[in-house]
Amino acid sequence: MSKVPYEVYTEEVEALSVLSPEGEIVNEKMMPKLTDDQLKEIMYRMVFTRTWDDRAVNLGRQGRLGFYAPVSGQEATMVGSEFALQKEDFVCPGYRDIPQLVWHGLPLYQAFLYSRGHQHGGQIPEGVNVLMPQIIIGAQILHAMGIAMGFKLKKQKQVAIAYTGDGGSSEGDFYEGLNYAGVFKLPVIFFVQNNGYAITTPFSKQTAALSIAHKAVAAGIRGIKIDGMDVFAVISAVQEAAERARNGEGATLIEAVTYRFRPHSLSDDASKYRTKEEETQWSEKDPISRFAKYLEKKGLWTEEDTARVREEAKAKVNDEIKKAEKVEKMTISGLIDSMFETTPKYLEEQKADFL
Amino acid sequence: MAQMNMKEAIRDAMRVELERDPNVLIFGEDVGNVGGVFRVTEGLQKEFGEDRVMDTPLAESAIGGMAVGLGIQGFRPIAEIQFIGFIFEALDQMLIQAARMRYRSGGRYTSPIVFRTPFGGGVKAAELHTDSLEGLIAQTPGIKVVVPSNPYDAKGLLIASIRDNDPVFFMEHLNLYHAFRAEVPEGEYTVELGKANIVREGSDVTIISYGMTVHTATKAADELEKSGIKAEIIDLRTLNPLDIDTIVNSIKKTNRAIVVQEAQKSAGIAAEVIAQINERAILHLEAPVLRVAGPDTVYPFAQIEESWLPTPARIITAVNKVMEF
Repeated sequence: MSKVPYEVYTEEVEALSVLSPEGEIVNEKMMPKLTDDQLKEIMYRMVFTRTWDDRAVNLGRQGRLGFYAPVSGQEATMVGSEFALQKEDFVCPGYRDIPQLVWHGLPLYQAFLYSRGHQHGGQIPEGVNVLMPQIIIGAQILHAMGIAMGFKLKKQKQVAIAYTGDGGSSEGDFYEGLNYAGVFKLPVIFFVQNNGYAITTPFSKQTAALSIAHKAVAAGIRGIKIDGMDVFAVISAVQEAAERARNGEGATLIEAVTYRFRPHSLSDDASKYRTKEEETQWSEKDPISRFAKYLEKKGLWTEEDTARVREEAKAKVNDEIKKAEKVEKMTISGLIDSMFETTPKYLEEQKADFL
Repeated sequence: MAQMNMKEAIRDAMRVELERDPNVLIFGEDVGNVGGVFRVTEGLQKEFGEDRVMDTPLAESAIGGMAVGLGIQGFRPIAEIQFIGFIFEALDQMLIQAARMRYRSGGRYTSPIVFRTPFGGGVKAAELHTDSLEGLIAQTPGIKVVVPSNPYDAKGLLIASIRDNDPVFFMEHLNLYHAFRAEVPEGEYTVELGKANIVREGSDVTIISYGMTVHTATKAADELEKSGIKAEIIDLRTLNPLDIDTIVNSIKKTNRAIVVQEAQKSAGIAAEVIAQINERAILHLEAPVLRVAGPDTVYPFAQIEESWLPTPARIITAVNKVMEF
């Protein structure tokens, strides 16, 4: 027996689910209010995203994309969390979080350009509140915190959301961001997609904490752990966190337990660090088939719908990659001119070496 | 015209800009209620409120990241890093996030941020409070580096930095905060970034310096004048962009030069200045350009910092070497 009478939060927390793998609602209380059209739109986006991911992996292998981090398996966290936000809210993504950017308004061809290493990919259109994907995996957490501070100072009822993974939750920036958000009571959502692996390092080696959601306690913000393969749980959690943020109730840390069906990136071999059995077990929780079962029972979706969306997505991806390939290449002088608002003389001189 | 020391001039610059532009914000550790460990921001929170002048939790990366986020939101943050040795905790946000924002986003977002930090030796401060890290920052594309040497410049350069739409690393020498008073105009004025200043005209040798070393060089020049050597002193004021034209024009006149910096000798600002002189003015030189700098060691504990830093005697020795070459 410990001599210390109390311990801090030593209880495990369950990941909250709304929809069972069989497509049944198991938690009415958390069920988000959605119209039939909205339900179909969410399904459309998830199937579209899966198809786009399939195509992107192939495009990557053909050398038509640059760095690409596959997303299959995470459609519920990506599509659902963005769907729960408003257009005016600000999305601060990690490198894998391209679907959220596109569903929030970034043209798909620009996402491809970003992957291909063209700076126009990051030239977000006016009125689209997103940042380009972040490579330093904790940095966007602080940007979201700063953007949320901006909303607070401007007295705008908007929310910033930062995405990272289980690995990102170990970064110093993660703790600094949560702490500032707590102290300043900022309208920000920290959304951790815990897909079990930081590249190859399993979650068991990532933290000794009982969950990532527990880490909210130390920052004095709200923490919640949800089933990330369940799009209703995701939408419900993000909607609630956003509402609290808009009402001045501060930040929320959401841990969504999910799985990426593919490797970390196209240059990574997942068979070296995970088993077939594990992959099969997770595929049974597939967020798309789970949601499809629910919609089919309601008469809102059929296999033909899936096939139709897949064809639409393929055609759209083809058009957009062609559009990206047609964009004129960057130039060294353009690069030099993108360093400062007014290019200093020494840089003007350096341009001459590249003419 | 008011007489101000450098600390008061820096504070005045911030007051002028807080008043002029509601998007200007100040934040950092201890900057609010007490006005920072050096009281540079003293009184500003009282005058402009806690939403404009904010004490933050102790975490430099978050100070930098909050500045980046607020910059995206259209604010003009002045983020104070309490001492220069602590910038390492914030370097990702300063050099990767802020300095690359314009490039990464193809101009969609910018980082109109001023990162202010005290630095500089000779005050017997604790370890890592005084190091000269300007070379590290100046090597990074996309961020400007400013080091004022007097109250007039400090105010005008800081106002120019706050109004600049790109990130500026603004370095305030600890030894200059209270060193002397000078006339500083009321209200707003700017000193253009990227322009050096000839603080003393001379015909025999050019001494290139910045920050505290401008004053060390001036002491040396006074001594040199007694032996008939007229030194021209250039205060760089901005290390990126560097005003190479002023340097080259001076060398065309004097044909000899030395560069003085507090930082360690190798691979720093002085090395860069000399490389550019070689590219542009080698045929005007009668002698190699020498460096007077700290040795390539860690910055020493307080006990020996006076001998580690450039002294007038070491500057005189270097000048004599180039004169006799």
